[in-house]
Amino acid sequence: MEVALPHPGASQRQPLARFLENERLLAFVLLTPAVVLLGVFIAYPFVMGVWLSLSSTRVGNPGHFVGLKNFLKAWDDSIFQMAFRNTFFYTFWATIFKLSLGMWLALLLNRHFRGKRIVRASMLLPFIFPTVLSTFAWRWMFDPTFSVLNWTLYQAGLITTKVPWLSDSAYALWCAIVINTWRGMPFFAITLLAGLQTINPDLHEAASLDGANAWRRFRHVTWPLLKPVTIVVVVFSVIQTFSDFQLIYVLTGGGPANSTHLVATYAYQIGVATGLLGEGAAISLFMLPVLFFVVWIQLRYLRRLEGA
Amino acid sequence: MEAPDPRKTPIPGVDRRTFIKVGGAVGLAAAAGGLEGILAAGRAPVYAQATKLHIVRWVDFIPEADVELKRQAPEAGKALGAEVTFEFINANDLQARITAAIQSGSGADIIQMLWNWPHLYQSALIDVSDVAEPIGKAQNGFYDVFNATAKVGGKWLAVPHGITGNTVAYRRSWHKEIGVTEFPKTWDEWRKVGTALKKKGKPVGQALGHSFGDPPTFSYPLLWSFGGAETDASGKKVVINSKGTVDSLKFMQAFWKEACDEGGLAWDDTNNNRAFHASDISATLNGASIYIVAKRQKDKIKDEKGEPLWQDIEHAPLPGGPAGQFSMFLPFQHSVMKYSKNQKLAKDFLKWLHAKENYEKWFQSNEAYSVGSTKVWEDHAMWSKVDKPLQMYQRAARLTRTLGHAGPATAKATESYTKYIIVDMYANAMKGMKAEDAAKWAEGELKKIYEA
Repeated sequence: MEVALPHPGASQRQPLARFLENERLLAFVLLTPAVVLLGVFIAYPFVMGVWLSLSSTRVGNPGHFVGLKNFLKAWDDSIFQMAFRNTFFYTFWATIFKLSLGMWLALLLNRHFRGKRIVRASMLLPFIFPTVLSTFAWRWMFDPTFSVLNWTLYQAGLITTKVPWLSDSAYALWCAIVINTWRGMPFFAITLLAGLQTINPDLHEAASLDGANAWRRFRHVTWPLLKPVTIVVVVFSVIQTFSDFQLIYVLTGGGPANSTHLVATYAYQIGVATGLLGEGAAISLFMLPVLFFVVWIQLRYLRRLEGA
Repeated sequence: MEAPDPRKTPIPGVDRRTFIKVGGAVGLAAAAGGLEGILAAGRAPVYAQATKLHIVRWVDFIPEADVELKRQAPEAGKALGAEVTFEFINANDLQARITAAIQSGSGADIIQMLWNWPHLYQSALIDVSDVAEPIGKAQNGFYDVFNATAKVGGKWLAVPHGITGNTVAYRRSWHKEIGVTEFPKTWDEWRKVGTALKKKGKPVGQALGHSFGDPPTFSYPLLWSFGGAETDASGKKVVINSKGTVDSLKFMQAFWKEACDEGGLAWDDTNNNRAFHASDISATLNGASIYIVAKRQKDKIKDEKGEPLWQDIEHAPLPGGPAGQFSMFLPFQHSVMKYSKNQKLAKDFLKWLHAKENYEKWFQSNEAYSVGSTKVWEDHAMWSKVDKPLQMYQRAARLTRTLGHAGPATAKATESYTKYIIVDMYANAMKGMKAEDAAKWAEGELKKIYEA
């Protein structure tokens, strides 16, 4: 007869087992790394940013507490006002274009055609290409002197003088919107495509049998089911576009005469280039309430959709 | 071929047994106790024994100047017993790099400071008077402009290194075609000449974008030549909104429309070089790099007839206005950072760099694009060999004004420069703002800096 003997290590493992069974303790242990990471890389810089914005810190000088002085100074600054307006304009139009073109592309790619996979993969190229490099290429295309676009338009007989792509304020911001759309559209398209593929084809079939045309099928079947994904994508895009920096920095540096500055690029010019760290931090923090409000509205709407 | 001896180690005179013992001890100590362990083992790892000196500078518009400094790095390293590394970055990124280094307390040991930046970063720089004074004394003195840009509170916070001059580079033959044999001496004359050339598709090209060199070196002297200035002599009262400023803005609005390539609002410091080399513009304010690069790349850079372009380039000073004729050259210097752990080495390096035999090679590689920081280089034999269009740079550095005029070149002047307020005042007027409103806008912005 075999007798089960206690395992020599069993008594030692008991405290560990007890520890693992304590859900509170285990949750604490498992959450600690994430909390530490969030604290070090998100909370600390954020708190430092808030502190800087309330101080007179300049490069090399710690400064002292000045309350809301930096915020009031920025609010009274004509360049900041222009940058703030530009940021809304840029975000609004870029998001509209990315959403409409991204949706159109997703609907096309959701169809079956030859070479679909290659087209889907190549569509991601603008998104995976480093922004700085692609913006340099666009800058060359919009170059005031050597613009390949101007050359093409001139050779085609469509223009007689150079189009001032980047040297005219009105054109320059639209050029930035075009580049942002080109770069961000694949993100919309691929995410919406993923959303489209989760829609049961039977629903479309049933709608077709009921006599719904393509537009009505999109309006009453596709769109309601795609709405939650669309809202999430728009939230992400608004956050990224509103705080965009690289594109403007490389394309125009905020010029001509500050007319293409966004809040992020102006904050950089004041805080990092000029060394007025307190003022720069205050300018960048102006983005926070706006983004918070946008995200809150959109997530609230999303929650209502989920509850419906 | 000799068979490898398995007892040999990478270190001569140390056999395999000793090598394994010491190496093992260091490895174990490092693994077990980090730095303390290494110290306990009594040996530092090889990579920690060499001291490194890191210098950050702009990417020079004369590539050969950077090549020369890179070539000198190992020589300096050998002389000083350290590893000397140059890093060259875009001049427009220098200030961001300096801010990041100062705030993090780490980075390059020596950083090149343009204009009067030592004033802006004074709390993060060490006194290098013990290096600068002897150099100045031995070499006929530094140019006056450095007293304003590199000296703060009577102390040298940077060792002056050189000055990049600027003149109007223009196409001799194109001007001759319209009967102009001598470059205009006044703004009004240039406006007439530029208008005639623009009608022939050969406009004047001027950068007015957000860039460190050409836009300010054009805008400030233009302002001064009409009697405008940012502040009065005290540097505390903003006087920009004056008749002189408004006149200069009105002149510029007409000049821009009638004589210039209006794309210049989006140009940085490189655009006018490329446009000139492509025979797209008839004249532009620039350093001597347009001429020097065209000559050094004569097989590539040619005029519309296929001839080397450099032969058709002439230089002239920026024209004058009712209040006089002025220039603003670009002074640059090297500062030793307070956070650097190699301050003595950094100072020794700067002494080495300015020793005649070393400095001379860098000076000559520039071929007058950047001239010396001390007056002794005005008498160098190079000047008898350089081409005629470059000879005007020989003594030109004596006459330059700098940021902040008519007041002192303080950190506030740097702040105004970094925010491109004078450049943007003109750019706003070019974009359609009324001259009076552009001056008023600049007044508001400058008051926030100088009178706050």
